[in-house]
Amino acid sequence: MQLYDCGFIFATIQLQIMTLVTRRDIFQAIADPTRRAILALLAVQMMTPNAIAEKFDSSRQAVSKHISILTECGLVGQQQAGREIYYHLNVSEMKTLDAWLEPFRQLWADRFDQLDDLLNNL
Amino acid sequence: MSSTNETKIVKDPSGKKLTVTRAFNAPVAKVWQAWTERALLEKWWAPKPWLAETKTMDFKAGGFWLYAMVSPEGERHWNKVDFHTVDAENSFTATAIFCDENGKPLEDFPAMHWKNQFTADGAGTTVTSEISFDSTTGFDKIVQMGFEGGFTMAQGNLDELLAE
Repeated sequence: MQLYDCGFIFATIQLQIMTLVTRRDIFQAIADPTRRAILALLAVQMMTPNAIAEKFDSSRQAVSKHISILTECGLVGQQQAGREIYYHLNVSEMKTLDAWLEPFRQLWADRFDQLDDLLNNL
Repeated sequence: MSSTNETKIVKDPSGKKLTVTRAFNAPVAKVWQAWTERALLEKWWAPKPWLAETKTMDFKAGGFWLYAMVSPEGERHWNKVDFHTVDAENSFTATAIFCDENGKPLEDFPAMHWKNQFTADGAGTTVTSEISFDSTTGFDKIVQMGFEGGFTMAQGNLDELLAE
């Protein structure tokens, strides 16, 4: 069973390239389990880099690298409070991520509406 | 009967699986038929204005469905669905790929693994489709294509509206 068909892809190859360029980074950012765990922590509260690092077994440098990837793609923002830097979840970017699934859901919803029509006449 | 049933999609945290859930106002036997019989599948599978055209359909464990999505201009894109397990009016599993007209897989397109469950729900049926991918890259690409699909389809619907 297909979710879509490749005709759509060829028909909109240009758009695909554009969206690949702008979106790829976010999906790569969330592909990593440690980075998803960091996002989950920040969803609850703002945290300093030390506080985040303490939650993981990996080295501080490794955690720091993950944080910088999340910061670069805009999923995580930072703010200074006194001497400390606090990281927070960038909620609007997270919404973008969810919005990404919406047209996909719509494709299925339309297909299933056609199935409803068919079932009504079966 | 109304067709206001909502299509829900849940993304698995692993990034490799989507679960699509949808209720239908028809008994399991009918819904199962619509998902597994060639002539019926062709009536709903392709989002308008595309048509689904079957070359081969052998719905059984080890069988496959080879079909083309046909554009209004007659452009054909081939897809193949290999059926792995079939438990009549209950569930089936399959792997879907993009291919040429002989079913030879196209490079660079991710395979999708399907588990479709049909559950009686009062007088109706709930269909739960677990769609998994071999990698998160595959997942990204599918979601990406879904986006393109939705976009193109919206354009197609607009064309139809404007032609009225």
